[in-house]
Amino acid sequence: MSANTNEMPNKLCSKQDLEALQKELINGRKSDRVFISVCNGTACHPYGCAQLIETFKQEISQQDLGNKAELRITGCHGLCEKGPIVVIQPGDIFYQQVKLEDVPEILRETISKGNIIDRLLHTDPTTGSKIVHRHEIPFYRKQKRNILGNNVEINPTRIEDYIAIGGYTALAKALFEMTPEQIIEQIKRSGLRGRGGAGFPTGTKWESCRHAPGDIKYVIVNADEGDPGAYANEGLLSGNPHSVLEGLIIGAYAIGANQGYVYVRNEYPLALANITTALNQAQQLGLLGENILGSRFDLNVSITRGGGAFVCGESTALMASLEGKVGEPRAKYVHTVEKGLWDRPSDLNNVETWANVPVIINKGADWYRTLGTDSSKGTKIFSLVGKISNTGLVEVPMGITLREIIYDIGGGIRGGKKFKAVQTGGPSGGCLPEKFLDLPVDFDELTKAGSMMGSGGMIVMDETTCMVDIAKYFLTFLEEESCGKCVPCREGIKRMRQILNDITEGKGGEEDIDLLEQLSATLVDSSLCALGSTAPNPVITTIRYFRDEYEAHIKEKRCPAGVCKALISYYIIKEKCPGCGLCVKACPQDAITFIGKKKPVALDESKCIKCGACYDVCKLGAVGRK
Amino acid sequence: MNEKVNAIINKYNGDKGQLVSILQDIQTEYYYLPKEALIQVSETIGIPASRIYDVATFFRAFSLEPRGKHLINVCLGTACHVRGAARILEEIERNLAIKRAETTKDRKFTLETVNCMGCCAVGPAVKIDGEYFGHMSSDKVDNVLTKFE
Repeated sequence: MSANTNEMPNKLCSKQDLEALQKELINGRKSDRVFISVCNGTACHPYGCAQLIETFKQEISQQDLGNKAELRITGCHGLCEKGPIVVIQPGDIFYQQVKLEDVPEILRETISKGNIIDRLLHTDPTTGSKIVHRHEIPFYRKQKRNILGNNVEINPTRIEDYIAIGGYTALAKALFEMTPEQIIEQIKRSGLRGRGGAGFPTGTKWESCRHAPGDIKYVIVNADEGDPGAYANEGLLSGNPHSVLEGLIIGAYAIGANQGYVYVRNEYPLALANITTALNQAQQLGLLGENILGSRFDLNVSITRGGGAFVCGESTALMASLEGKVGEPRAKYVHTVEKGLWDRPSDLNNVETWANVPVIINKGADWYRTLGTDSSKGTKIFSLVGKISNTGLVEVPMGITLREIIYDIGGGIRGGKKFKAVQTGGPSGGCLPEKFLDLPVDFDELTKAGSMMGSGGMIVMDETTCMVDIAKYFLTFLEEESCGKCVPCREGIKRMRQILNDITEGKGGEEDIDLLEQLSATLVDSSLCALGSTAPNPVITTIRYFRDEYEAHIKEKRCPAGVCKALISYYIIKEKCPGCGLCVKACPQDAITFIGKKKPVALDESKCIKCGACYDVCKLGAVGRK
Repeated sequence: MNEKVNAIINKYNGDKGQLVSILQDIQTEYYYLPKEALIQVSETIGIPASRIYDVATFFRAFSLEPRGKHLINVCLGTACHVRGAARILEEIERNLAIKRAETTKDRKFTLETVNCMGCCAVGPAVKIDGEYFGHMSSDKVDNVLTKFE
């Protein structure tokens, strides 16, 4: 799948060389060819997209369509719920849930004859009508895919694809038409804020790093997306790695750095492979290394893999890890832009922040400012997941409301259930209830409501999600991930998790909510880094907005959502049970007895371990949970 | 072991900053971090063994114990959690009679959890030896595990 190095274009020694290559590639594309873009993103893998790609390859040669159709193996297309996804260009024809046996028909009908296959089209959930074109699908219509949009146009392992759509022109513009100060000015004017979650103004960070004393400086890509339930950075880095790299080179030039690092999460094998390929290609083409495009600017970049520690997303911990040490954070009396990696000025930005840079340089800060709210400009990528109909990666303009994201783009709650909460910001964020659905999504509004932007996780919860369990879940996660260096975080999170544990087991006391609030205040005030100081957010917001659920657990020993094992029980709904016996086989405890054909089964509660196997296996809804 | 570990160290030019990558490559080779290999790394690149132990026990990706032939990763990310990942984990634990972070007696399976694998859309998700299984439910567990017997 990786580009054959023998076919690589010659090294580019000037801006003119890049322009000539781009022209050549664009001309090469202006043929009568039809492009079949097959999503090879991580989320399409469980659907078997690798086999699908192989089948397309074989079928194209078998039907002798090699001159007419070209297969483009791309990164994530966004609508992961309906994978594997195939998009046919020109025409923007969108086929979803494509199976191996559909491939011959797609080639025969759509590619050869131009006929649309109705069966594979997306159905509009509100009108029930079939939609042919991708841009008309509600999921895509309200998005603004400035950054992610190119995923469908390119094979991420081919630098030629990226150059053909205008890739690296922003770099050439920056190197030959702009001074470092002008670049920083543009980034500042654009209003770009750090997409890692905290939202620090990117231009200001660059400026501080540029002005920090020292000859050797570093630029770093933070691709250690540790938030559970967020794969926005993964989709971008694996689907369009060159856009991140181009932003990094521009930033390095503006800051005056000659060494860069990409710190990638090791749990993302595809992103890791694609950024590695991209790096090698950029090196070979003279877009990285010495004397980039003949500009006399040098930049070397290397890739480091993370070891699965959430805290390494924190800047000082990440830098310690880059030095080969344990990823523990330090107190930031001196900022990393002055003393970071190896005690030298270092600029660390998130994957998505870097990918915004080429767009701003190409289209200008004024254009960029037209999107978004007063305090948050541009777009934000979210991984819209959980109990939502259209799970996937979405990119929306800042200022869009949560309701638009969840209902118009996300298609509402799965299975007709009722919305309960939306969680953003990962373990540092909070859960927002229904009354915030019309909140415009930007850095400051989310913070005001008690959550935060975060790196892009947006987890939707319905009436069957227990909010006390969610608070316990995040604290269990943070307890494991706390590095243990400072006492408030190490001990505080542990105690809070124990209290939550008791509540979910029906052993909570009336004073527990107060105690949780007190501990939360201590953690906020006295933790060493953001992991500890933001850790109470899931607890604080769930107490604030879902106090009744806490009280039901404590006072009535009841879990209203039916999640907390110690407080629930399973039972057979006799009227619905035809006695098929599926649950009898599924039960690991032999707690369910077969009575006879067409007679409801019997469940012995004393043997039941509440594993839910019967509940999962019964498709008739004859197993109840209370 | 000597030569393989040396080759890994040389790949990174013995760079101390690449310790995590070196350990990852060793783990890919042996499925865990053998004590002898860590001592060799320590002596070759000049980092005290105590600090290598520090790093190896800090990151959850590393194991100092030998692991089984098949590595099961159950995703416990938030998206998978709200869709019932905990029950999938419990079912696998029951099926194999081991707890998370343990290996079966016959060294066939090691059961581990991860915080997110980037395929939240198909959660709850499980990965076995690099193969992804989406939309898991407790009644599918046995079938999936049988594939790797």
